[in-house]
Amino acid sequence: MSLAKPDAVDISNKQKIALAVGVIGLFVLVLALFNTNFPNKAVFLSLSLGLIIVGIVVYARDAYLNKLEGIKNDGVWFKSISSRGIWGWIVGIILTTFYIVLYFFPKYLGLGSDGEANSGLIGLFDPLSQLLSGRNASQWFVYGTLYTVAILAFGYKFMLKYRHNRYQQLRTVSVMFFQLGFAFLIPEFMYVMNNDLPYYDLKSMWPLNYYIFDEWSVNGFLSNGNIGLALILFGIISIFVISPILTYKYGKRWYCSWVCGCGGLAETAGDSFRQLSSKKMSAWKIERWLIHTVLVFSVLMTTAVIYTYLGYDKNDFWLTRDVFIALVIGFLTLVFAAVMFFKRQELGKDAKYGAIGFFVAITVLLVMHFTGTTENLFYVKASVLRSSYGIYIGSIFSGVIGTGFYPILGNRSWCRFGCPMAAVLGFQQRMFSKFRITTNGGQCISCGNCSNSCEMGIDVRAYAQKGENIVRSSCVGCGVCSAVCPRGVLKLENDSMEGRINPTEILLGNDVDLMDLVNKK
Amino acid sequence: MDHIVIIGNGISGVTLARHIRKLSDKKITIISAETDYFFSRTALMYVYMGHMKFEHTQPYENWFWKKNRIELKKGYVKNVCTKSKTLHFDKGETMPYDKLIIATGSKPNKFGWPGQESNGVMGMYHKQDLENLEKHAPNKDVCKRAVIVGGGLIGIELAEMLNSRKIPVTFLVREDSFWNGVLPEGESEMINRHIKNHHIDLRLSTNLKEIKSDENGNVKSIIIEETGEEIACNVVGLTAGVTPNIDFLKDSEIELGRGVKVNRFLETNIKDVYAIGDCAEQHEAIGNRRPIEAVWYTGRMMGETLAQTICGNKIEYKPGHWFNSAKFLDIEYQTYGWVFGVRGRPEYEKHFHWKHSDDTKCITVAYNKDTNEFLGINTFGIRMRHETFDKWLTEKRNVDYVINHLSEANFDPEFYSKFENDILSTYNNQLQTA
Repeated sequence: MSLAKPDAVDISNKQKIALAVGVIGLFVLVLALFNTNFPNKAVFLSLSLGLIIVGIVVYARDAYLNKLEGIKNDGVWFKSISSRGIWGWIVGIILTTFYIVLYFFPKYLGLGSDGEANSGLIGLFDPLSQLLSGRNASQWFVYGTLYTVAILAFGYKFMLKYRHNRYQQLRTVSVMFFQLGFAFLIPEFMYVMNNDLPYYDLKSMWPLNYYIFDEWSVNGFLSNGNIGLALILFGIISIFVISPILTYKYGKRWYCSWVCGCGGLAETAGDSFRQLSSKKMSAWKIERWLIHTVLVFSVLMTTAVIYTYLGYDKNDFWLTRDVFIALVIGFLTLVFAAVMFFKRQELGKDAKYGAIGFFVAITVLLVMHFTGTTENLFYVKASVLRSSYGIYIGSIFSGVIGTGFYPILGNRSWCRFGCPMAAVLGFQQRMFSKFRITTNGGQCISCGNCSNSCEMGIDVRAYAQKGENIVRSSCVGCGVCSAVCPRGVLKLENDSMEGRINPTEILLGNDVDLMDLVNKK
Repeated sequence: MDHIVIIGNGISGVTLARHIRKLSDKKITIISAETDYFFSRTALMYVYMGHMKFEHTQPYENWFWKKNRIELKKGYVKNVCTKSKTLHFDKGETMPYDKLIIATGSKPNKFGWPGQESNGVMGMYHKQDLENLEKHAPNKDVCKRAVIVGGGLIGIELAEMLNSRKIPVTFLVREDSFWNGVLPEGESEMINRHIKNHHIDLRLSTNLKEIKSDENGNVKSIIIEETGEEIACNVVGLTAGVTPNIDFLKDSEIELGRGVKVNRFLETNIKDVYAIGDCAEQHEAIGNRRPIEAVWYTGRMMGETLAQTICGNKIEYKPGHWFNSAKFLDIEYQTYGWVFGVRGRPEYEKHFHWKHSDDTKCITVAYNKDTNEFLGINTFGIRMRHETFDKWLTEKRNVDYVINHLSEANFDPEFYSKFENDILSTYNNQLQTA
């Protein structure tokens, strides 16, 4: 391509000041990181977070409120930060480093070990943590606070950017609410009420919340009477009852772009990077194998972990190892059989191979169990499976790569390639849901705005220009493709299952006889 | 095996090639002098605005063509010898064909204005125009002002493009209201106001007299016909419509009018030579359509249709109900059926017009005043369903039915405010007073 990359349009002076204010706020955090001993931590923490928020808010107001309502994508492919330029790489590297330190070396953030007081960055957050739950901060509290601040401040920015679009505004309010309430405040208050309960973000369900069925977690719930029992039952009902119903009615968007915290960060702080996801066919192929492999891994891991702490004797507790394995096998077989029976025609060749491969994994599970392996359900200790899942998937994939690589891979690479929850919801969305993105007859002009802005890397245009509805497992229903379409071609909607998938060769508007001839073949 | 050669890799030619491939094993070659691969012309503006990169305007990945055995040839066809069925390229090469399809699209009109060949004068149609604009108007320091001549769809897109880089724009429109040769007055006037709200210097009833250039041949100003006013500028965009891009056929035996003359089967006067898309001209207009339809959708439909004929199932080009769409800065426009502006409006056509108080949304419903039959709708700022209107037009619904069932046609995103009740009560009030 011979076009030189033009300079991005300069930002206004007010935006420059706002940027400076935000950077000063961040700089206070950096000073704390290098163990500056602030005299009054509460004041400096408030100052820092306050400046960051004010910076983002002022910047956003100046950027969007001085223009008429409409699509605000001018220059996104010119700006260094949002087009993998030097600023994009710098931010990516800083974020990645932060995640590595957070997950693997929290002591460098100032986490006190063996009863020592916190220092550094984590120490700076002690006053806020004391205020909310009466204990000192941990690295997760620091992370949770910054995460929440990011979703709230950038959520405000996103709402201004789409102030003509009620769908965008409502779902942004929703993710801001769920992050602030469910992920941040409620768990802290739950700790105040009952400090034996494990941390529980009610909206985060298995398999995204991969530790909920760990032995310590389950014991933590069960040793806390009815409230604990209710919570763990809610965890089970969430994934097996609530989620399938909502996904059937509204598609996976009810979770991924209205409730989920990962999705919340991606849609707000990550919005500037949505265009960076790869739309290539090859990326889609990688996606399908990778995300389903993670799902299988998480199912096997969780099964092995639960299996390990269950007993043999049904007199102790009705759920013995045998019963549990039988339940798992029964459930997975049921899903497999139902899909193969009802939805066979809708599966591509590789999807069939994948499903069969998945089923073979279950058979192996079955055989191994009844041939008498005990501790090592999959020849590997459950604890090893569990800890490697935690490190490679829970930390490296979702955090370091998923968020650290926002400016390189786009804002949803975890959701797209890794999240087992997205895989479960997506599977259902593709097979059994009323949700689709409807294509408006023959109005598509193949411009590509939709594909460009799809954070999940769906080549939306490939469907729209064929007059075909978009029914894809990965679609999180963010609605931005519909918003940016200059011809009003795309609409997210819930309608009947029939005719949802409607491939066409001849588009509406042409000779009706020709449409009949070709499309009904 | 037949060798099908298509000149032009736009939507018409590419649609044709894809459909021929689906129906047959014929050898297919697409020739273009413009780009290596098919891209969406309508998306060029977004490249300049930084919404997308050029490669994002290409609807198919580069491997697509080889996989589907569609050969791509970059070259400029200088002339066509239909007797020997041979194409001659400007570099001296030749290419034989069995069937030839001319799908070369359009080129911007130039009406012989003095100075129209100066540096910085350009249309906005080809990829080369985009490159030219990038050269002459990279930012507001290099291009202190741009003047656009011609108030149509490309003109307003060019204004939006320049606006995105904060380059001041003066927009000369010959008509006394924007695009009112097509749009009824209520809509046209709303768009006038919207253009001005974007700080674009809209000059209605204004014609270009001449373009002045400096000693290096670069544009320095333009003179307005009516007032003699001189406006300093560095870029002049000529967007006063397009003409079929068929100069290379002048010496051939193919019958030409303004475009390549074709019959309803899209055949030219020469056997095995066809024309589709912007460059094709029907001997007689089809219904209310123009003989030359320079629209994305009609190009695609002709491609879909001709593929059948070429693959042995000879059928007429028989387009369904008219539809079109555009976007005027922030306001989306869709039309289904026929709604005429003042020009060319049939005597029996009457309009119902509703406009929202925020001045960014309105609809105009056209109907037959004698029979009340619904004829068409223009909708601004409210998305409507193509399928629903196509059905209502086929069923020949009357205007009452359409206004009363308008919510079925709504295609706005979820949670958007709905205006059907307001529209209905406005409609009922107007009927009572009428």
